Amino acid sequence: MYELLENTVGNQVIAFFIAAALPLFLFILPYAIIAVLLERKVSAHMQDRLGPMITGYHGILQTVADILKLIQKEDIIPTLADKKLFILAPFIIFVASFAAFAAIPFSSEYIGSSIDVGLFYILAISSFVVAGILMGGWASNNKYSLLGAVRSAAQIISYEIPTAIVVLTMVMLTGTLNLETITNQQTAYFWNWNIFGGAALGLSKFVLIPLMFGAFLIIFISMLAEVNRTPFDIAEAESELVSGFHTEYTGMRFAMFFLAEYANMLAISFVITALFFGGYHSPFGYLGNSLGAEWLIPFEQLFWFTSKGIFFVILQMVLRWTLPRLRVDQLMTVCWKYLIPYSIAILLIVGFITVL
Amino acid sequence: MALKTEEMVLNMGPQHPSTHGVLRLEVALNGELVLDIKPHIGYLHRCFEKHCEAMSYPQIVPYTDRMDYLASMSNNFGYAVAVERLMGIEVPERVDYIRVIMAELQRIASHLVALGTYGVDIGAFTPFLFCFRDREKILEIFEETSGARLLYNYIWVGGLAQDIHPDFVRKTKEFVDYFRPQITDLNNLLSYNKIFIERTANVGILPADTAINYGITGPNLRGSGVKWDLRKDDSYSIYDKFDFDIPVGEGKVGTVGDSWDRYYVRILELEESLKIIEQAIDNIPEGDVQEAIPKRVKPPKGSIYTRVENPKGELGYFIISDGTLNPFRVKVRAPSFVNMEVFGELCKGHFVADIITILGSIDIVLGEIDR
Repeated sequence: MYELLENTVGNQVIAFFIAAALPLFLFILPYAIIAVLLERKVSAHMQDRLGPMITGYHGILQTVADILKLIQKEDIIPTLADKKLFILAPFIIFVASFAAFAAIPFSSEYIGSSIDVGLFYILAISSFVVAGILMGGWASNNKYSLLGAVRSAAQIISYEIPTAIVVLTMVMLTGTLNLETITNQQTAYFWNWNIFGGAALGLSKFVLIPLMFGAFLIIFISMLAEVNRTPFDIAEAESELVSGFHTEYTGMRFAMFFLAEYANMLAISFVITALFFGGYHSPFGYLGNSLGAEWLIPFEQLFWFTSKGIFFVILQMVLRWTLPRLRVDQLMTVCWKYLIPYSIAILLIVGFITVL
Repeated sequence: MALKTEEMVLNMGPQHPSTHGVLRLEVALNGELVLDIKPHIGYLHRCFEKHCEAMSYPQIVPYTDRMDYLASMSNNFGYAVAVERLMGIEVPERVDYIRVIMAELQRIASHLVALGTYGVDIGAFTPFLFCFRDREKILEIFEETSGARLLYNYIWVGGLAQDIHPDFVRKTKEFVDYFRPQITDLNNLLSYNKIFIERTANVGILPADTAINYGITGPNLRGSGVKWDLRKDDSYSIYDKFDFDIPVGEGKVGTVGDSWDRYYVRILELEESLKIIEQAIDNIPEGDVQEAIPKRVKPPKGSIYTRVENPKGELGYFIISDGTLNPFRVKVRAPSFVNMEVFGELCKGHFVADIITILGSIDIVLGEIDR
């Protein structure tokens, strides 16, 4: 894919930029539009109602209409707001959440940038979001925004610790930070996935299975908290803080926060898929292999990767519409008293197994 | 040198998603901790009591609708009972039965709003819509009989605005059968949810003696473990004919009188109301619902205080008659207004998020607080 681009454009640097930006325009933006509608439909059917039905067949154009409406809205900047930071904040959040996709392998033929520190890069760039949230909350000059931003900062920083520890566990197990390499270690059938102990054989595989399930649960919970989804959405906490850090934002700036949230949901789903669920690999062989059509394999891989990602997105949606919200102190308790000790224990045991 | 800190004053409302109407709270915060809270009321004041002095007794009925607008039937009921006692009117038994069924259906509807919005306050949106779906069925029953969905003007002094719709009995029975399993659903979805319990148990504890000192009534008082229900303790209409329990808070998951207890008492009361409806619906006697309505409502000189058990607590009407067609004075003891007073004390030392939890568990209606 990269070579193809380089040959077409004829310039290495430009080809690199295009390769990194391609998933954003080809995949993530259409995804965000679909996911917003999906969330409304999922919640509606959970709640015994129909959701949007008027724009298009079963309301499929609802998000498009919403975005068109938001673009036309007046862009209000509060008089007493810090204008520069206020304008900058949505861009930072938008960029940070979309930039994470650059290091995610969509299929064996396509990865934005197959850097060796891919996992580290994703962790680093997604924690950049907190800067944007604090900026937006502070610059709005609104007490609700400030409270939301401070809560959110504390939350994201705390929950990065269990995430990082679980990622470290996986790095110890796989011996690399490169997501493509990690994915390729889980090739062939689904019992080679890391959640089932990876490609290891023998006794250690069976010891690893429960540990991997634990690690998966921890990283799923803490990543949910990192992207501020229910039951950890105390930063927005509609019933307490109106809208949290983006209370004062209108029009397209608000839409950027909104789209960034959905992009974040997909990003964490992809990272979890790549780490635990075999990445882009099919759970049972490829159609392309059995048909002898090798060009089909990358597309199949893209299909599997997307389906696994969307599955976790839907899981997050179902959780959101089922669970109430935790309080800010309980949120910290969950992180510091439960997730971190357990993740450290898993880290130690897995380390012990890998050394053996 | 100590860092200079300042407490932040946060103005919650009157435009806020969870103040249940136009309530303004002035909250002094130290970080997330609540130091002090001052409720400001009066945004919905409509001079109900003063209006009454310029109106004849039957004309006041539609105004009572607008106090606790989630329980209009019960408001009508209380007012009708007060004026009837002042005039010494005996209403036909059919009227009494219909009134009781209506009031209990109304209690379920009002509690459903309280429980559903409580879920939203805590962040669970789905139970809210389930509750409103079920409430919708009650509103349909009311609409068929009274013609209105919210402000019924149905229970009149001495009788009813009109007889029940032919489908009323069938639909009510269907509703009772349909609704029982929904309570279990709601319990599984919300009441026994671990996060929900964490959020509400041991939050906003209201001890029984404080509750009595503040004059708290209704589910809030029963949540504190006091067995006090006017339907039993100061019976009116025909409530003495029915067999039902008074659920009280037991501190099942926390301390007696915490937010979860107040919430759970409402859940249990749904079942009790269903029991009363079941006993009454088959025994509605035949008769004319309007035969006891007086041509001119002109009570003798004197005064009366009558109280009824509203979904939110003790609703009292104090009526002074000077022997003319208009009352000299109508004073309403609104349960929400009295229950609200303890709110500031409950909130002290809790977190910002708990303000909403406690406010939701008290279940106020601003239309009644401001009148």
